[in-house]
Formats: sequence, structure tokens, C-alpha cells
Amino acid sequence: MTHPIPPAVRLRDAVASRGGRPVLRGVDLTVQPGEVVALLGANGSGKSTTVKTVIGSVPLEHGTLELFGTPYGSFRAWHRIGYVPQRTTAASGVPATVREVVSTGRLPQHRLLPFRRKDRAAVDRALAAVGMLERAGDGVADLSGGQQQRVLIARALVGSPDLLIMDEPMAGVDAASQQVLADTLRSEVGRGSAVLLVLHELGPLEPLIDRTVVLRDGCVAHDGPPVPETGLHALPGHDHVHPHADLTPPRLLA
Amino acid sequence: MTEMLSYDFMQRALLAAVLVGITAPAVGIYLVQRRQALMGDGMGHVAMTGVGLGFIFQTSPVWMAVLVCVLGAVTMELVRSRGNQRGDIALAMLFYGGMACGKLLVSLSAEAGSGSLESYLWGSILTVAPADLAAIAVLGAVVIAVTVGLRRQLFAICQDEDFARVTGLPVRTLNLLLAVMAAVTVTVAMRVVGLLLVSALMVVPVVAAQQLTRSFAATQAASIALGVVVSLAGVTGSYHLDVPSGPAIVLLAIAVFAVFSALAAPLARRRHRGNTEHGPKVCDGRPPVRGPERTSSDTTTPERRAGLAQ
Ligand SMILES: Nc1ncnc2c1ncn2[C@@H]1O[C@H](COP(=O)(O)OP(=O)(O)OP(=O)(O)O)[C@@H](O)[C@H]1O
Ligand SMILES: [Mg+2]
Repeated sequence: MTHPIPPAVRLRDAVASRGGRPVLRGVDLTVQPGEVVALLGANGSGKSTTVKTVIGSVPLEHGTLELFGTPYGSFRAWHRIGYVPQRTTAASGVPATVREVVSTGRLPQHRLLPFRRKDRAAVDRALAAVGMLERAGDGVADLSGGQQQRVLIARALVGSPDLLIMDEPMAGVDAASQQVLADTLRSEVGRGSAVLLVLHELGPLEPLIDRTVVLRDGCVAHDGPPVPETGLHALPGHDHVHPHADLTPPRLLA
Repeated sequence: MTEMLSYDFMQRALLAAVLVGITAPAVGIYLVQRRQALMGDGMGHVAMTGVGLGFIFQTSPVWMAVLVCVLGAVTMELVRSRGNQRGDIALAMLFYGGMACGKLLVSLSAEAGSGSLESYLWGSILTVAPADLAAIAVLGAVVIAVTVGLRRQLFAICQDEDFARVTGLPVRTLNLLLAVMAAVTVTVAMRVVGLLLVSALMVVPVVAAQQLTRSFAATQAASIALGVVVSLAGVTGSYHLDVPSGPAIVLLAIAVFAVFSALAAPLARRRHRGNTEHGPKVCDGRPPVRGPERTSSDTTTPERRAGLAQ
């Protein structure tokens, strides 16, 4: 009740397992509107699983999930959410062009109606934002891994979402493109979009991040402002307080 | 040609061939996209139980096969969506069980030994009865409406299921719908290509078309066109050479695939010719040569390297 606008994501006490094995053991995660939250943690700590419970592809065994103040079960405003899965290939068994893949991001807008000119314009804009417009007619299978990743980011941006959920969007993306994506993300945030990012290193996104949540073995180990060293030193096996933390340039650690 | 068209059974067979040529690749493309190309094969096996039941109860084998095949397809989809580790074993049981059960039921039935199972296995242009044609037309129309009308939705769920869920698509319903459409297609096609080769007509036109296409929409259109052409040609060939229609259709499709794959490489080269705006044709110049950067651990002397190279 303290917030007149409900949070974009409100995950409470989430318990989930995969393949019969418990992965999340009571995760709390809140993302306020317009807030940029980075989810960090070691490999296998449950970052992707947390993100997948938020989009509903891994069911909650216990706990509650609300999106924009609506319980997950009755949430229908999917046009407000954009999702970038963790590095998967954009290619499938049948050829598809970059434009066709990005166009699937407009499904919440046009639904069963035909794909219209404004949908096409949105696809062009999203492709331009990730610097892939001139490859729009090429097959996704003919792109490099980093280029495919940029296509998947465009697919998430194409619906102008109010909440962007990105699982390691920078994996395999070169430094110049990372900077381009950081600028794109900045303008999305400027538009008022909330962002939930899974990251291993903050990199060029660091100045954008409002809060970091660190997972350790399926539990939240840290939830607070982005301390420069969280990217590396909050992982299991590291102490939170380092005597030399202040002396080390954050860039090196991030 | 006109002589062939003057027979009622041939008119029915050709009409059925057109419907099958459209529906099989129209559904098959989604199975290929999801790398489930052999799903149609499994359904063909399961459908044999339906044919057997049709024989036993003296009802239309087509509708019995639709029923059994839809049940089988829904089971397969539920197993797949669970992501069960042992899912493939469950599917294997379903496939073999379906085939064994079908043969057993047929041999128990009154029509055993008449060789009519043969026509379901390999397809036959003589057996498309008027009632069959009506069923094929109705079912085919439904399949075409769904697979072409919901192209963007089905493309999305087969491309990336998690992402499709975030676009608010009813992923589970669409998956079931696709499985049911595949099952219906198998039974629609069974009179023309036969249960054992149904899957080939769902897969081969698609993989042949994609040798030359880059977009999904073009692949779908081209594979349907190919499906119609090879089905019509196969049925015609079957009439003239007095061979079962299924093998004729499938061998033609494979021949088309072979030709298209041979054409693919030269066409791709031609497409990229003159595409040098992003850089010179060959690397010009050499990178600046740096002095030898040898670390202390690198004890290999030029002499030793030369020795190793010999
Ligand atoms: N598809 C799956 N089936 C079974 N178990 C899985 C599956 N995916 C992940 N897990 C298990 O869930 C745990 C958490 O995985 P998750 O993918 O959430 O980790 P992560 O934090 O995203 O790691 P990474 O940094 O490698 O992406 C892992 O221990 C893994 O064994
Ligand atoms: Mg992950």
C-alpha cells in the first residue's frame, strides 16, 4: 500500500524445482516500475530458474507471483513484458529470416489480426536499435552467435514493453555492440520501462543498475544497492567485506 | 491423360492427392521446425491400431484411425511437454504397440488375408471411396485453415516455446491443436501415401524447399506447392505403371530434394556475389608485424621448432 503503483514483479517466497530437484528455496524478488535490477550469482545458483518462474515457464511449488499487481493466474497483459532467454540459438529446423523471428514479438499487439504496417515499423525500429536492420532479410541460422543474441534482444524490444526480462543478454556480444545495447536499454529505461537482468558482469550496464540481487544456491544472498564488487565477490566462497575493496577500481572487478 | 481422367476412381484419387499434397507439408513444416520430423512416423504406426479397429467393427477405418491417432497424438504431446527424461521410451512403446496392435486386430478380423491392410500401409489409388473422399476433404480443409491461418502463432510456439508463452499465446492449447492436426493429416494422407510413408510426405517437401529458401513463409508456400506436384505426379505414375501410389510419390519427392540440394550451393554463391559493401573481397595488406614476444616459459628456440617441423 506504500506504493500507489504496484511493482512490475513481486515474487514472494518462491520455491521451485527442476527435474525433481529443488532449485529455488524461497526467493523474494521485487522490481518496481522503472527500476533496473541485476540478478547475479554463480553458475547453477538459480538465476535462470528465477526468471523462468517470473514468466511462468517453471511452475511455482510454493509462494506467490504478481505481475503489475495482478496474480500470475489472472495476468493477461503480456504485451507489457519483453523476454530475452539465456543464450539459445535463434535458429530452428526450418529457415526463418531475422524479420520473421523479431515479428513474433508483436504477437501480443496484433493477436489474430493480420500483421499491419505499424507492426512492421516497430520491427524495423527494434532491429535498428540493435544494429541489425540491414540483415533483416537474412536467415537467422546464417548469423553469428552474438548477432543472433542481438536479434533476440530486438524481439523483446519490439513490443515496447513496460518490463524487460533479460537472461544474460550480453553473453557473446562484442564490446561495441554492448555499448549500443546499453544505450538502447538506457532509452528504454528513460521511457519508464522496468528491467530485470541476469548478468555475470555489470560491464557497460553498470551505471544503469539501481539494485542488485545475488542468488546463492537458490536463496537470496544479497539484495541492495549495487556495490561495485558484487559482480565478482558476492559469489559463494567470497567474503562480502574486502579490506582492499575501496582501493580496487570497480572496472577491473566488474 | 483424358482416358485416365475419365475414370471416377482416378478423379477421386487425384483430388485426394491435391488435398494430401497441401496438408502434409503444411503440418509437417512445424514438426520439422521443432526437430520432431519423425513424429509423423509414430502417428502412422499408431493409426494402424485405428485401421485394425475399423476392420474389427466393420466401420470406416478412416474415422477409426482419426480417433485413435488423435488420442495417440495428444498422449505424445503430453509426454513431450513434460520434458520427461524417459519420454522417448514412452513414445517408443506407443509406436511399436500401435503397429503390433493394428496387425493383430486386422488378422483377427473377418477381412484378414484379403490384403486390404496392404493398401493402408502403402497407399492405393483404387481405394479412395466416395465416402473417403468426403472425409478427406472435410478434414483437409480444417487442417489447411489451421496451419495456414495460424501461421504466425504456430511459428512462434515451434520457434521458442518460452518466448511464445511471454507473448500471451495459449501455448498448451496450440501445441495440442498442432498435435491433433498432425494426427488428422496422417489419416487424411493414409489412403494416398500409406501409413508407412505418410511421414515422408510431411517432411521431404519441407526439407527440399528449404534448400532454396531463407524465410519460413517462403518455405511453407514452396513446400505446399511441391507437395501438390509430387502427389499428382506420383498418383499419375502409379496409374500408368501399376505400382502403389505411396512409394511413387515419396521417391519423386526425394528426387526433387536431391536436385534442390545440388542447386543450393551455386544459388547461394550467386546470391552473395557482389555483396562486398561490408568489406573488401580479400584481406588487403598485412597486420603490422610485431617483434617476437616470448615469455620466460617459452623455451622453444627457432632451431628446435625447425627440428620439430621436419
Ligand atoms: N532443464 C533442466 N532440467 C533439470 N535441471 C535443471 C534444468 N535447468 C537447470 N537445472 C538445474 O537447476 C539449477 C539452477 O539452474 P539455473 O539455470 O537456474 O542456473 P543459473 O543461475 O541460470 O546458471 P548459469 O549462470 O549457468 O546460467 C542447476 O543446478 C541445474 O542443475
Ligand atoms: Mg542461467
